[in-house]
Amino acid sequence: MSAAAGSPEARAGHGPLVELEHLTKHFSVKQGVFSRAKGVVHAVEDVSLAVDRGETLGIVGESGCGKSTTARLVVRLIEPTSGTIRFEGEDISRRGQRSLRPLRRQMQIIFQDPYSSLNPRKSVGQIIAEPFAIHHTEKDRKRRVQELLDRVGLSPEHYNRYPHEFSGGQRQRIGVARALALQPKLIVCDEPVSALDVSVQAQILNLLKSLQDEFNLTYIFISHDLSVIRQVSDRIAVMYLGRVVEVGSAELLYEHPRHPYTAALLSAVPRPETNGSSGARQRIVLSGDVPSPVNPPAACVFHTRCPRFQQGHCDVETPALRRFEGDQEAACHYPVERWPMTEDELRRPFGGRAASGSR
Amino acid sequence: MSSTAPLLEVRDLSVRFRTRDGVVQAVSNLSFMLRRGETLGVVGESGSGKSVTSLAIMGLLNRAHADVEGEIFFEGKDLLKLPPDELRKVRGQDISMIFQDPFACLHPMYRVGKQIAEAVRAHADVSKSAAWDRAVELLGAVGIPNAAVRARDFPHQFSGGMRQRAMIAMALVHNPDVLIADEPTTALDVTVQAQILELIDDVKREFDIGVILITHDLGVIAETASHVMVMYAGRAMEHGPAHEIFTAAQHPYTWGLLESMPTIEKRLEILVPIEGSPPSLLNPPPGCPFHPRCKYRFEPCDNKRPPLAPIPDGHLDACHLSAERKREIWRDRIAAELGVTA
Repeated sequence: MSAAAGSPEARAGHGPLVELEHLTKHFSVKQGVFSRAKGVVHAVEDVSLAVDRGETLGIVGESGCGKSTTARLVVRLIEPTSGTIRFEGEDISRRGQRSLRPLRRQMQIIFQDPYSSLNPRKSVGQIIAEPFAIHHTEKDRKRRVQELLDRVGLSPEHYNRYPHEFSGGQRQRIGVARALALQPKLIVCDEPVSALDVSVQAQILNLLKSLQDEFNLTYIFISHDLSVIRQVSDRIAVMYLGRVVEVGSAELLYEHPRHPYTAALLSAVPRPETNGSSGARQRIVLSGDVPSPVNPPAACVFHTRCPRFQQGHCDVETPALRRFEGDQEAACHYPVERWPMTEDELRRPFGGRAASGSR
Repeated sequence: MSSTAPLLEVRDLSVRFRTRDGVVQAVSNLSFMLRRGETLGVVGESGSGKSVTSLAIMGLLNRAHADVEGEIFFEGKDLLKLPPDELRKVRGQDISMIFQDPFACLHPMYRVGKQIAEAVRAHADVSKSAAWDRAVELLGAVGIPNAAVRARDFPHQFSGGMRQRAMIAMALVHNPDVLIADEPTTALDVTVQAQILELIDDVKREFDIGVILITHDLGVIAETASHVMVMYAGRAMEHGPAHEIFTAAQHPYTWGLLESMPTIEKRLEILVPIEGSPPSLLNPPPGCPFHPRCKYRFEPCDNKRPPLAPIPDGHLDACHLSAERKREIWRDRIAAELGVTA
């Protein structure tokens, strides 16, 4: 890393590790023989987030909400359309591939599918040692790989085996070992347990947690599973159609969601009623499907499905992220006043439109 | 509701696959029954035999590779002994099935309405236009807005949730008695999943049928099932009313599933995983199939298989632990950990 990189403060370990400012990614849709541009997919739209050192930021949302695209932008696997990505205080959003290389050691990614993310023709030893080969580090690679295997709960004897000889959970451990190899600061976990059975999922989640404590890792954890996100995250960002609609500490966000979309997501999770007291729970069923990101709704993107939709306001004026107690933020004109709420209560935003004008 | 005679009864079902590596014991000595108005949730991890069981009921296993033993009674007939053409009448008409991936189940080149109309004509001698009308009616019934127009769409014009609705419409064509849903919501987003689970429940009540719901998600089970069968390594480990599985589970494997499942209610101090991985069914462990991963195993577990037996005041369970010991462990450890108060 160049000596000039980053402010001294950020390098010394203060300030957030990763900052995203107004990050936007558009993909153009091409059609026909001449690949004419037919439209633009608004995959990520004006996302601003910060991730502190040693914390886990969970990003949750339904398919197509832009959570994976955001993750890929952070590690610069794809180019942002506009906006800034700062790593340790330094703007990396416009860096070329060559000058990114030293940074790649600091940021690694674990993928969802442990079957397609490991080369079937390479042995486990080769797969985990590959980062050393690419970055020309580590003399005693074999010993180091065996240490890593041991650390992620595999046997060092597995060194010469091939991926097909392992179960899904074991393969994900290999993926974790590979991500750890260069001792990164940031690991982006893109749905790392979605393809695993529950009992194995818990093993991997516990492993990630203990590695975080041991190496002071920072995670950006992407998942569609609200229970998994709650278990792993310190802070959570909820995305919908490329925008962050709510962000806050895990505890507060689940105790009292402010955005109606977060509320609907939480209420839709099927779960056992193990606790007799929480009988008040009622599901808020959102009608319809997520609109197309090629042509997202005007103003508040959620207004087409929102139970609190107020005509002439939500479809005219885009809500900005508003701050609530405890640093929770939500982008909604009619935030949820309390939780839990029944669907009927949710449909009647307190005060209605007139009250909101005075804010 | 469940006092009537069983709709479907499976007795001592075993399925073995002959493979190049040897014989895979996919399902062993499985017995259960399904009544009208019931939803039987079948839960288990991958390879536990839950899908194979449903394929056996549907008669969809290739008998050239699979040995199927036991009896599957439906309306007094043993489905395993029916000749192929009679089985065809049952399948799709009396018992129908929906699958995990609705996109893979619809032909991409035919209009959705036409595919459903085809299913109508497979078992009934009606005109093409009457079949089309029935298809439109069903699409409307499963909540496709503007069904007459959307029936002319191709599958790729439908969203994931709509495709699953279309599959449910197709399954309902001949007013079946039994609907088997194999991971019907696994490929769907959580808000859409809620819609589909609600639809399956509505369908069950409206048509008064029995539903077998196969899933790996205990939350889905909790929300929809009246009874639960927990499967592991091709065997039933525990079987009983759904609320009991969550408030008084009996089997260490069920405990393991409950403990390893993160919840949205709170952040758990630590998840308690089930160590190890499921056994190979080429060569299942002797005794209780769960014993190599069981925290509570003791002397008889590795050589004597516990039978699936009724336990006092409750359901069925296959474990050597004594009833008092299990009650104790549940009360002092598992229930405390999970915050179960009921």
